[in-house]
Amino acid sequence: MAEQAHAPTETLALREQFNTAEQQKESSTFGMWVFLITEVMFFGGLFLAYTVYRNTYPVVFAMASTSLNAVIGALNTAVLLCSSFTMVMAVRAAQLGRRRALIWFLILTLFLGLVFLGVKAYEWNQKFVEHHVPGATFHFEGAAEQGPAQLFFSLYFAMTGLHALHMVVGAGILSWLLFHAVRGRFTAEYMTPVDIAGLYWHFVDIIWIFLFPLLYLIDRHMR
Amino acid sequence: MSEHVDSVKTYTVVWLILLALTGITTGVAYVDLGDFSVVIALLIAAVKMLLVALFFMHMRHSTKLTQLAAAGAFLWLFIMMAFTLADVWTRGLVGTQGR
Repeated sequence: MAEQAHAPTETLALREQFNTAEQQKESSTFGMWVFLITEVMFFGGLFLAYTVYRNTYPVVFAMASTSLNAVIGALNTAVLLCSSFTMVMAVRAAQLGRRRALIWFLILTLFLGLVFLGVKAYEWNQKFVEHHVPGATFHFEGAAEQGPAQLFFSLYFAMTGLHALHMVVGAGILSWLLFHAVRGRFTAEYMTPVDIAGLYWHFVDIIWIFLFPLLYLIDRHMR
Repeated sequence: MSEHVDSVKTYTVVWLILLALTGITTGVAYVDLGDFSVVIALLIAAVKMLLVALFFMHMRHSTKLTQLAAAGAFLWLFIMMAFTLADVWTRGLVGTQGR
């Protein structure tokens, strides 16, 4: 009975299971944060493994780390930070109900995300060329022990790979947002998907903010 | 709408600070600071994380519940790190056989 009374007034911004639009928005935001917290633990395990093995093999890890190109790494970090800026501008445009601005900032964010992945692909390819990919043909020049060096590059590929996977998922989410933004689904009253996709995108950015110094920069002064 | 809409200027300033910090952390990595290199690198990363979380993720406008939950993530991360490292870093200290 109550359902029938509510059904005609139900909107995207206020589904019938919520009392107010504000409550619905807060639930969505909180849901995304809870997911991100599980992601902290997900990546946390890898960061922990990195800490333990870097502590066990400090010299080999320093050598392996300095073989990465810090300049490319720094530029790629800048690309990612720019994409976070365009993402937050997209969210702002959505908050203000500016559809054209939203569409353009989403396109820019998607573009920068793909640039990041492209640079990452180039870097990975370099590792194959240099035989720095763990496996049968692995060879790291100058390291007395090949095992610990393989361990560093295993962690390098696992951490940057998992991060890149999140970027690919993010690119998919951005495409979905773009599709619906073009169709005019988001308004100043209802832009929750843009908002929580922004949270996800910035989170992936934060992961890279820690990956960059830990993988590329630590012990660089020793060379 | 009850939402806070931050100014373009705020976002631009935060963005430029983030880019500057990236440059600083890269540059300072080539300076020999001994064990402090790690500390400085992680400190800069933590500042960048806070800037992104507070401004880009609107943490400073979030509800107390969300802020508490996010802080909780670090509690669990701390427990995982501290307990594991308390084991790994102290192995061999006692000299027990079969450690």
